[in-house]
Amino acid sequence: MEVIPLLKQLSEADGIAGHEEPVRVFLRQTWQPFVDEMREGKLGSLIALKRGIGSEPRPKLMLAAHMDEIGLMVTGIEKGFLRITRVGGTDRRVLLGLEVVVHGRRDLPGVVATRPPHVLPQDEREKAVPWDKFFVDVGLPTEEVERLVTVGDLISIRREMVELKNRRVAGKAMDDRACVAAVTLALEQLSGVRHAWDVFAVATVQEEVGLKGAITAAYGVAPDLAIALDVTFGKHPGVPEVDAFPLGGGPAIGVGPNFHPGLVTRLKEVAEAHEIPYQIDPIPGRSGTDAWAIQVTREGVPTALVSVPVRYMHQPVETLAAQDVERAGRLLAAFIAGLEMDFMEGLAWEDS
Amino acid sequence: MILRELSEAVGVSGNEGDVRAVLLDAVREHVDDVRVDTMGNVLAFKHGTGRQRMRVMLAAHMDEVGLMVVGYDDDGFLRVRSVGGIDPRLLPGTLLQVGPEHTPGVIGVKPIHLLKKGEGEKVPKLEGLVVDIGAKSKDEARKLAPLGTYATFTTRFRELGPTVSGKAFDDRAGCAVLVELLRGERFRFDLHAAFTVQEEVGLRGARVAAYGIEPDCAFALEGTIADDIPKDKDVSPTTELGQGPAITVMDRSFIADRRLVNLLTSTAEELGIPYQIKQPGIGGTDAGAIHLAREGVPSVTVAVPCRYIHSPVALLRLDDFNNTVQLMRASLSRLTQRTLERGKD
Repeated sequence: MEVIPLLKQLSEADGIAGHEEPVRVFLRQTWQPFVDEMREGKLGSLIALKRGIGSEPRPKLMLAAHMDEIGLMVTGIEKGFLRITRVGGTDRRVLLGLEVVVHGRRDLPGVVATRPPHVLPQDEREKAVPWDKFFVDVGLPTEEVERLVTVGDLISIRREMVELKNRRVAGKAMDDRACVAAVTLALEQLSGVRHAWDVFAVATVQEEVGLKGAITAAYGVAPDLAIALDVTFGKHPGVPEVDAFPLGGGPAIGVGPNFHPGLVTRLKEVAEAHEIPYQIDPIPGRSGTDAWAIQVTREGVPTALVSVPVRYMHQPVETLAAQDVERAGRLLAAFIAGLEMDFMEGLAWEDS
Repeated sequence: MILRELSEAVGVSGNEGDVRAVLLDAVREHVDDVRVDTMGNVLAFKHGTGRQRMRVMLAAHMDEVGLMVVGYDDDGFLRVRSVGGIDPRLLPGTLLQVGPEHTPGVIGVKPIHLLKKGEGEKVPKLEGLVVDIGAKSKDEARKLAPLGTYATFTTRFRELGPTVSGKAFDDRAGCAVLVELLRGERFRFDLHAAFTVQEEVGLRGARVAAYGIEPDCAFALEGTIADDIPKDKDVSPTTELGQGPAITVMDRSFIADRRLVNLLTSTAEELGIPYQIKQPGIGGTDAGAIHLAREGVPSVTVAVPCRYIHSPVALLRLDDFNNTVQLMRASLSRLTQRTLERGKD
């Protein structure tokens, strides 16, 4: 599978937290040839199983990448203009002048607007537009708007993915469709590969509003081991050096309390053995990813985090190096292919 | 619709070539002569029927606001400055087309997750922003986008029921009105159409065009500000969508000729064409340069109201556009030397 067209389809699909259907439909179809069975969690996470060849009861590995994205919601209608709030961590500094799609009775194209600068006092011009000064304009007469749009309707950012130089791409939902793509590539590479463990590939829902899909799906899967995949900060001017990773430097492997050191070590070994460049992402506490929820599922799950560096997170221009997605996919596939039946025994703490 | 092609064409001030090409194609068959002057203005001439010995200038500017590459960062990012007035609140998160190859570029800012307290309230200044085209080094960036390379927004033209959206309606809306007028019947007077350059950096093209044309009177055709969005205080919307063409009486660049204003308003009233008077004192147009050409030129501005001009995407109502064409055509049909006699103002 070509990674860039895959990223394009994934990034352009609309799937605001709690409303991931278009992404789920796409993944059901895309994953179908690579897995043995698929089901939907109660909150909507897509849970696909690719069986291993080890003797039963086989240990279970869970891969989790979230398929939801941030967005907007209608909170009111005034003179035919829509008042809005955010779903997830939408950054209001990037909203002005954006094209959107209002998911009303039918999809309505619209624009995020506010009053023009020349009518504002100087101090307001220099401030990010506050939420109560934003409106979405769908260009229709008031009566028409009131007929087609209801408070609570969702609004998606409308942004085609573009290809920059050096196989870098920019799109609206690389967080976390980039990792959904990496999981997809890994599943493809594992076709025909005899691996011992059962692999549950999970596209989780509602990560952006509090890891909801990961909490529930991990309970359902009850994995022995888990790897969450998410994006991390790409390096660019204005971002502190220690918080960011260069694009093209390979996926980042998280270290810190959220991650099991034994699992981290294995991931590094696999990367080195397969000459996959990687970076280390030190996270001193809450990782803000599905890994945070999965680790404390049931009696606890040794968990790791593999991240793809993305610039401008939560902005409609999330930018990454396609190569990093490919490498994350290869790392997962190689890790899974080499996972021994008794791997868990080696994860025991020194003093146990 | 010619507005689609004009809106999607790229033409930042000083680099209007793509728009010029669209317009030359659009008008060539409908005029008696067309040429490009030294500044890059497209000047089209259409003989009158000979019944009025007048030279009437209609002007619409081809250029749009944009950005220019002025430097590079070590990691291959472009540093830019604005060409014309761009609201810096609009830039983070935008998709750009850079240079003659329309190379995609994006503007992103520090992620919301890493902002310090209060930092998210400030609008990042243009000086601190970078454009990311995917280049990996300063040298690569310089090769892909040499100093002086222009960039502008990437926006498709769309239809939203009675409304259309797209970039650069200021002033491709005016250009499209002018194309419609040139495609119609001859007027009684000689018509000199000027599609001007460099309006956004100081009405530069209109100045030389008006000097060359030496008109008896002039109409600047524009896409102008509509601020009819809900607001806390009951202040003027400048213009409103759906209320018809906006006629300027006075703005920051000129005071309109009252005889021409009267011609427009009386024509509108007699024919039942809706119109509005633009809130005085706001904005400026090519009329500001034209009315000072040679010994002076009686001038007026007529505009299609547009929401969100100078931003990646503006909105206008098609009925406003059509009414602007209709009002202009009807008013020009009535325009005679007597219209400009003193004592009528």
